[in-house]
Amino acid sequence: MDKHREVYREEAYELLLELETALLELEETPDDQNLIGRVFRAMHTIKGSGAMFGFDDIVAFTHEIETVFDRVREGRIPVTKDLVDLTLLACDQVKKMVDGDQIDESAKENILEAFRKMLPDKGQMEETDPELREISHEQPETPSPKSQIQSVTYRIRFRPNPEIFATGTNPILLLDELRALGTHQVKGQTKDIPSLKDLNPEFCYLYWDIILTTTEGINAIKDVFIFVEDECELRIDIIDEEEELQGDSDYKRLGEILVERGDLSADELRKALSDQKRLGEVLEETGVIEEGVVDSALAEQQRVRQARQTRQEKALASSIRVAADKLDTLVDLVGELVTVQASLSQKASTQKDAELVSISEEVERLTAELRDNTMGIRMMPIGTTFSKFKRLVRDLSSELGKEVVLTTDGSETELDKTVIERLNDPLVHIIRNSIDHGIEPPEIRQAGGKDRQGTVRLSAVHSGAHVLIKISDDGKGLDPEVIRAKAVEKGLISPGAELLESEIFSQIFAPGFSTAKEVTDVSGRGVGMDVVKRGIEALRGFIEIASGKDLGTTITLKLPLTLAIIDGLLVQIEKAHFVLPLSSVEECVELTHEDAKNTNGRHIMKVRDEFVPYVPLRELFGINGDKPLIEQIVIAELDDHRIGFVVDQIVGEHQTVIKNLGKVYKDAKGFSGATILADGTVALILDANGLSEVAMMEERGFRSIV
Amino acid sequence: MPKIIMTADDSASVRQMVGFTLKDAGYDVVEAVDGRDALNKLNGSNVNMLITDLNMPNMNGIELIEQARAQKQFKFMPIVMLTTESQDSMKQQGKAAGATGWIVKPFKPEQLVAVVKKVLG
Repeated sequence: MDKHREVYREEAYELLLELETALLELEETPDDQNLIGRVFRAMHTIKGSGAMFGFDDIVAFTHEIETVFDRVREGRIPVTKDLVDLTLLACDQVKKMVDGDQIDESAKENILEAFRKMLPDKGQMEETDPELREISHEQPETPSPKSQIQSVTYRIRFRPNPEIFATGTNPILLLDELRALGTHQVKGQTKDIPSLKDLNPEFCYLYWDIILTTTEGINAIKDVFIFVEDECELRIDIIDEEEELQGDSDYKRLGEILVERGDLSADELRKALSDQKRLGEVLEETGVIEEGVVDSALAEQQRVRQARQTRQEKALASSIRVAADKLDTLVDLVGELVTVQASLSQKASTQKDAELVSISEEVERLTAELRDNTMGIRMMPIGTTFSKFKRLVRDLSSELGKEVVLTTDGSETELDKTVIERLNDPLVHIIRNSIDHGIEPPEIRQAGGKDRQGTVRLSAVHSGAHVLIKISDDGKGLDPEVIRAKAVEKGLISPGAELLESEIFSQIFAPGFSTAKEVTDVSGRGVGMDVVKRGIEALRGFIEIASGKDLGTTITLKLPLTLAIIDGLLVQIEKAHFVLPLSSVEECVELTHEDAKNTNGRHIMKVRDEFVPYVPLRELFGINGDKPLIEQIVIAELDDHRIGFVVDQIVGEHQTVIKNLGKVYKDAKGFSGATILADGTVALILDANGLSEVAMMEERGFRSIV
Repeated sequence: MPKIIMTADDSASVRQMVGFTLKDAGYDVVEAVDGRDALNKLNGSNVNMLITDLNMPNMNGIELIEQARAQKQFKFMPIVMLTTESQDSMKQQGKAAGATGWIVKPFKPEQLVAVVKKVLG
């Protein structure tokens, strides 16, 4: 690379010289298009090659100047003495950068600023320039991990235009590239080849049907055809996905495949079926379609059946059944072990016994591994729950006279067994709502230009320590005005309240809310969404809703991976310890007495230009004693806002085994459980959402007294 | 017999990088400094593929593609445009002139080899 950079340097010096000469000549004859072109080209080459050899600073710098000269070339900016002077200055600057000299950043910025001033619409340019973006952000080359695991079978029909050869394209190479993506069956179709006297040897008369099973995703397939997009007819259909049907290796019948591909009409199929012979033979004999076409469709059938069979065998061989309560006991025991291990580690760290320390470290490592493994056993793919809903959707839609299809995505995503079990009811509720309120009857859909058939889409995807589950439909969406009117009627909000759309939508989670004008069997009793919300929050999850008129509604559930053990942040106030779930902690900042005074007693702190309200937990919990000089604020990210909790000290990260608070305290707001620390004392686990509500209530109470 | 690829570019550093990368991948490389030079060198040669810049003095890349396509021998030869102008209009002009594909500068050596393999085999 260094050798290349050297060549670039030499070339850049030459180009700069050329640039200088051209600029000086340009000053004499400012209208010479030829000269303007030379200047532009020199600048362009300096930038273009610079990008390839890693001179990013030069690229960024020359980019602005190139843009200006592009305008000059178009006649939109005149050549003036000032422009020439400025460009000469810029040349010197580029030369310094090529030399690798110390750069005076402010001088550089001044030049750029002067160039930018010539471009009135600069602000937008910066963001939309695709070239620069490519330089600054490496494109992710690997597809997302999810699409890597999933193998999908595609049906591809590639029919190049007859003139395709004239662009130097060799279709065979494209097919080879496709073949490299996975298991495949390629069938060339020859029926369009004319008789010899009509044949133009420079034309391509063939087209191809390809059945491809690959894990690379649809973009990899599209990339193969990127150069010929406009010169061919390309159809890519997904015909089989891993999650589709788990216990069934049977695939569509030949006739269905042919109709789906558009090779045969439904009428032709019916006619052929009334014959008693095998469908393929009949179709060939009667000459409705060619032999090759049938072969190709049969190949698809075979390929998909095979793929499904392999998957089934794999799934069968690799699992054993264990009673759920045995697993629960195991998790409990591991929880105890984690606690004991923590206390061992603490003891060991205070004793100056190297051997003990090393043993305790070993135990710590093993415990962590055991814990992760045990948690892993409790993890179940969410797909089992998803597949249950197919039936629900089918029954519901026929009951309501609607046509609805359920598609699922990410059913291999794993979640704690308990979470999955407790997720069932909320999901049923949401799906019912989608079908009942969201999806319109087929006639209305058709009239509105949509497919007769509505779609409900279930998807699950990992996101850090959470799983996001989305339930979306392509129905009529939520109408903010209707919801607002309803919420006003029910006294949930005041008539003139100015609310964001998301705030209006969240009204449907309020107890007693229902927009359906008449109550159906399915939903509309107004006991729906608030129960859903409570159910999700009991799982320490969040619920979000997004909707657009006629575009449909998407409800997102954000759920923790597991309920039994969490990563927590251990904090201290006086002698008492508390744990905040690390997943909700965003950052920690210091709070000095001065900071507190500066805000006139209001509990607000400016963190990175944003005001964040905070709650002094010491006061909220009524803990006596003196505040330390410097307190700590733990900032937590809640649904839609941030809030800080003030504590004396942050102790550190803590593996937290969650214990229930028991029946007596089940209504205690602000706490989600307790845990046992290494020294045997108990720490309460704080529930950031609940605490924020409690604090808000306190605040309101306080204000009403004043 | 290794296949011969011509690189037409007015930037010596780009020619060098293309040449180095492709020789490394087992091809023979012929260099041309602009469109006219490329056309002269194509004449009577056994070049199997052309990689050309679009913005060049004397004869630009679009014209070079048109002229090359007009010759019987290069009618079906793969031609790839090399350009920093990722704008669609240039790409369309090039495609209309008969280019097989394109590479947007800056590119990595692996990307270049991938495109060459794609159109030349």
